[in-house]
Amino acid sequence: MALTQEREITVNMGPQHPSTHGVLRMIVKLDGETVVEAKPDIGYLHRCFEKLAEQKTYPQVITFTDRTDYLSAMTNEWAFVLGIEKLLGIEVPERAEYIRVIVAELQRIASHLIWFGTFSLDLGAATPFIYAFREREVIYDLFESISGGRLLYNYFRIGGLRNDFPPGWKEKVLEFLEYLEKKALPEYHKLFTGNRIVEVRTQGVGVLKPEVAIAYGASGPVLRGSGVDWDLRRDVPYGYYHKFDWQVITEKAGDVFARYLVRMREVEQSIKIVRQALQGMPDGEFLGKVPKVLKPPKDSEFYVRHEGSRGEVGVYLISDGTPNPYRCHWRSPAFVHLQLVEPMAIGWKIADLVAILGSIDIVLGEVDR
Amino acid sequence: MGVVFESDAVPGVITTSLAKVVNWSRKSSLWYMLFGIACCAIEMMGAGAARYDLDRFGAIFRASPRQSDLMIVAGTVNEKMAPRVRQLWEQMSEPRYVIAMGACATNGGPYWDAYNVVQGVDKIVPVDIYVPGCPPRPEALMYGILKLQERIDKEGLGIPQRKGK
Repeated sequence: MALTQEREITVNMGPQHPSTHGVLRMIVKLDGETVVEAKPDIGYLHRCFEKLAEQKTYPQVITFTDRTDYLSAMTNEWAFVLGIEKLLGIEVPERAEYIRVIVAELQRIASHLIWFGTFSLDLGAATPFIYAFREREVIYDLFESISGGRLLYNYFRIGGLRNDFPPGWKEKVLEFLEYLEKKALPEYHKLFTGNRIVEVRTQGVGVLKPEVAIAYGASGPVLRGSGVDWDLRRDVPYGYYHKFDWQVITEKAGDVFARYLVRMREVEQSIKIVRQALQGMPDGEFLGKVPKVLKPPKDSEFYVRHEGSRGEVGVYLISDGTPNPYRCHWRSPAFVHLQLVEPMAIGWKIADLVAILGSIDIVLGEVDR
Repeated sequence: MGVVFESDAVPGVITTSLAKVVNWSRKSSLWYMLFGIACCAIEMMGAGAARYDLDRFGAIFRASPRQSDLMIVAGTVNEKMAPRVRQLWEQMSEPRYVIAMGACATNGGPYWDAYNVVQGVDKIVPVDIYVPGCPPRPEALMYGILKLQERIDKEGLGIPQRKGK
């Protein structure tokens, strides 16, 4: 082949590729090093969650919701539980609502930390990964002491929670938040935010315009990184978020760096929320009055939206009057965000594709379900 | 293994058998393939990160199957993934070892009766060590790797022959 001849080549990224965050295959067409086309091929982790849910009773499904987005198990459990509580009109005790907010926000911090670690690994920086995992382990210790699990908890129950805090847990959380805010976060910013290499590789790369983001149905940090002021915790309120003083973080730029900044600043907001929730937490029950067998009325259906760590987690359930759901659909933010890769990546180099793919924070368990 | 001192002037000589040296070097540099499939992969990453530090046992992750000795199958293998797992295993050079990490890789775990899930990775590749748990703790994975090292220590000089199905 003559050197001058132009030809597009197709490159397979994955399913075994260190930077695809799981088993995703990207079929990338390249002109030289420039991305012309990037099509995701999914289904390598399809585990039939939605079909399995039809064979389980409602409380049993909570176990599987953990495993859809395994980096953000607590928020997923909450999304599922929330819907059934609304449908059956189950009252959740005040204390349980507070604890829910606390564990969900801690989970958000853990999820953003692991994203920070793996994203920097994608960019070729191995040190932040080690740092982020150091802090994450503390959160997992905290979760382990309340639920028994390190990664997947099964902690939420319909009508409340599995158990209350052990003694001394509150102080441990406060100590950790203090450490995270005063020591860990400034360290991350020192390592990463002002770093010249990071700036060159992320600023202006993979710009997502707000109207494109809305048109594709983006949510969460990806949407807020494009400057759209939208957060389900504030705009479609659930739980006790309205009681706390916090802000929705947005960044105007819409590039990879903006999405990074949004997540890092959201960690700060989560710290704020957890502190307030710990302060205002009343004594009382952690599990409300729930019927032994949960049977939503026949032909009732609901869709509930929940702000997970990655964006809008939606649960759509149809009941046929039996203890098992007739149909369960899981609207996962990562699945929606995956289609954004191509519009963002076209025209950029293949090395930037890795940064763009990392910046939308996909979890393949959630994409394939 | 023994140490022989011929005289005071000559440095000591260590005598051993070739098999022991080979086994020792194999078990002390178990490079594992970076091959996380599902939830267990996060615990595998946790095992490699700051607190648990798998590097202590000579286990470092490699991105390519050609450079790895050990495949840790961390997660659910489904029908679409199964041929890829097999292909990656075939690309690894001998001697190669497989750890099935977690309930899904062992027998399908919580998804054992799903229509698309392979009930255990041992249906595709021969497995040396099973690590139970959903997901297993990093300590459990480390214990599995230590058990594998014990096993390698008992191997002979030749390449262990295992036939995959």
